[in-house]
Amino acid sequence: MKLFPSPTTRRRFLRTLALFIGVMGTSLANLLPVLAKWTPSRLRPPGALEEEEFLASCIKCGQCVQVCPVQALRLADLTDAAGLGAPYLKARHQACDFSCDVLQCILACPTGSLSPHISKKEEVRMGLAKVVRPEACLASQGLGFKGFARGSQFPGMLRYTEIDRWNPLPVNTHPYDLDLCDLCVRQCPIEHAISLQTLDGKRKLPVIHEACVGCGTCEMICPVEPTVIVIAERKTWEKP
Amino acid sequence: MKGNLKTLGVMLGHDPEKPKTISPEAQTIYLAQQCQKKDVAVLKKELETLRKGHHPKKWRSRRWTVLILINLLFTLSFGLDIQLFEGSLIASRVLGFHMADLYSALQVVLAYREMSINLLIGTVTVLLMWALLGGRAFCSWVCPYHLLAEWAETLHVKLVEKKWVSDHPVHRGLRTVFFLVFALLAFLTGYSLFNSMNPVGIVSRALIYGPTLAMIGVVLILLFEIFYSRRAWCRYVCPMGLTYGLTGVVSPVQITYHLSECQHEGVCLTVCEVPHVLECVKKNRAEHPQMDIGVDCTLCGACVDVCPTHSLRFEVKGVMK
Repeated sequence: MKLFPSPTTRRRFLRTLALFIGVMGTSLANLLPVLAKWTPSRLRPPGALEEEEFLASCIKCGQCVQVCPVQALRLADLTDAAGLGAPYLKARHQACDFSCDVLQCILACPTGSLSPHISKKEEVRMGLAKVVRPEACLASQGLGFKGFARGSQFPGMLRYTEIDRWNPLPVNTHPYDLDLCDLCVRQCPIEHAISLQTLDGKRKLPVIHEACVGCGTCEMICPVEPTVIVIAERKTWEKP
Repeated sequence: MKGNLKTLGVMLGHDPEKPKTISPEAQTIYLAQQCQKKDVAVLKKELETLRKGHHPKKWRSRRWTVLILINLLFTLSFGLDIQLFEGSLIASRVLGFHMADLYSALQVVLAYREMSINLLIGTVTVLLMWALLGGRAFCSWVCPYHLLAEWAETLHVKLVEKKWVSDHPVHRGLRTVFFLVFALLAFLTGYSLFNSMNPVGIVSRALIYGPTLAMIGVVLILLFEIFYSRRAWCRYVCPMGLTYGLTGVVSPVQITYHLSECQHEGVCLTVCEVPHVLECVKKNRAEHPQMDIGVDCTLCGACVDVCPTHSLRFEVKGVMK
């Protein structure tokens, strides 16, 4: 018995096989970089589940992106392979400053990828702030800061509660004049997450505490270039 | 019921079969047509006159308007912050109602093994909606990739006419295989793999959140369709389309075929995205004088637009005839 009744069906079978291998190959090639952790480590939105569960459950609809009042969230592109379409933040560009108060992204998430069990900003754990360049810190040199935190071109937003309780304002509309720079502590939206520790005399250095949720506001507002303080994604608090 | 259960097998990949018996009523019509056999030139002229004075792109205009309007509403909802259609075609809140694409939701549920109540509500809403509106009508009336693929198809057909390229068909059962394999992979790997490479999601998100590099992948698929295999993604790959097709089995919205007026000249077969659903328009293939065409039909209306004898019509069962 012949396997294929005609050369036409044989060729169609081969094409079918080729298309199957092509599509499956592409999708598995997408998975490999994620499994091998070649894809960039991302700061995920508040409430995000563990990375593997997060990528499994995220349906890639972007509703979280739409509700964020400071538009902190963006969707991953090809660089994230199988993580394509999942939301993340670049804290230096736009941190999550909790200006929505009620964690809008978690409320908007249809799949529970951003955990509905978290209802207060204090419960969020996106990562942990870390002072990576203490020597460059203005406070550690006893220096003050005058002007716009990130220059006049910076597009980032932040809620200045004392000016407008409800709406975040562009950082470049809010000049500072400080004897000693304490922007990271001053703008932190979480109580007792960060404080200045005296080194000697006027010199001080920010210290991170257990309450830190990893929102990245300190990383965004730090006026030193490159930033002194960064968020370690998904890192949890350990006793020093 | 849309079509009948036999056409479900055809959607899943079976080749359409000749009917085993033809009803006496249909036989009479076939016989009458045989007797009045006309000269081809005369018939052509007749069809030509019939075509005159009828809007050749009526359903296409309506469909494109709906498709563009829906996608535009998504884009504007975010762009202008009018919040009518939040999210994208993969999952959204339309006027506050949760909606979720069925196959994307299935991927999530299999990979994550949990289903949130909002996702359940969204899935059931969409299931009921398309079971009512006609299953794969989602494809041709809403899906933005479908529109791009239609333009690619026009180009492909032109190139075929010039004999620069030819169509390379693939076995239609492959789509069913993809449906199962992607579901299995989601369950086994714990990653919703199809969701990250779904061109429908990529196009919908690009329209709403701005262009992405991932659109390169979509362009590659379109090039494949233009130069190698006509409508390859929708016909042979998209498990999303198959899922909507399955919901359409019970749909009352239908394109029906009326044998008595048909001249069997077959223009409808040349314009159809899924010509296997139109098997009954071929001579001696219609079991009854009136047939519902298969469940794989996307209700695009191309055949209705092109049919000179009005033998193919939109119909809503139990509402209009």
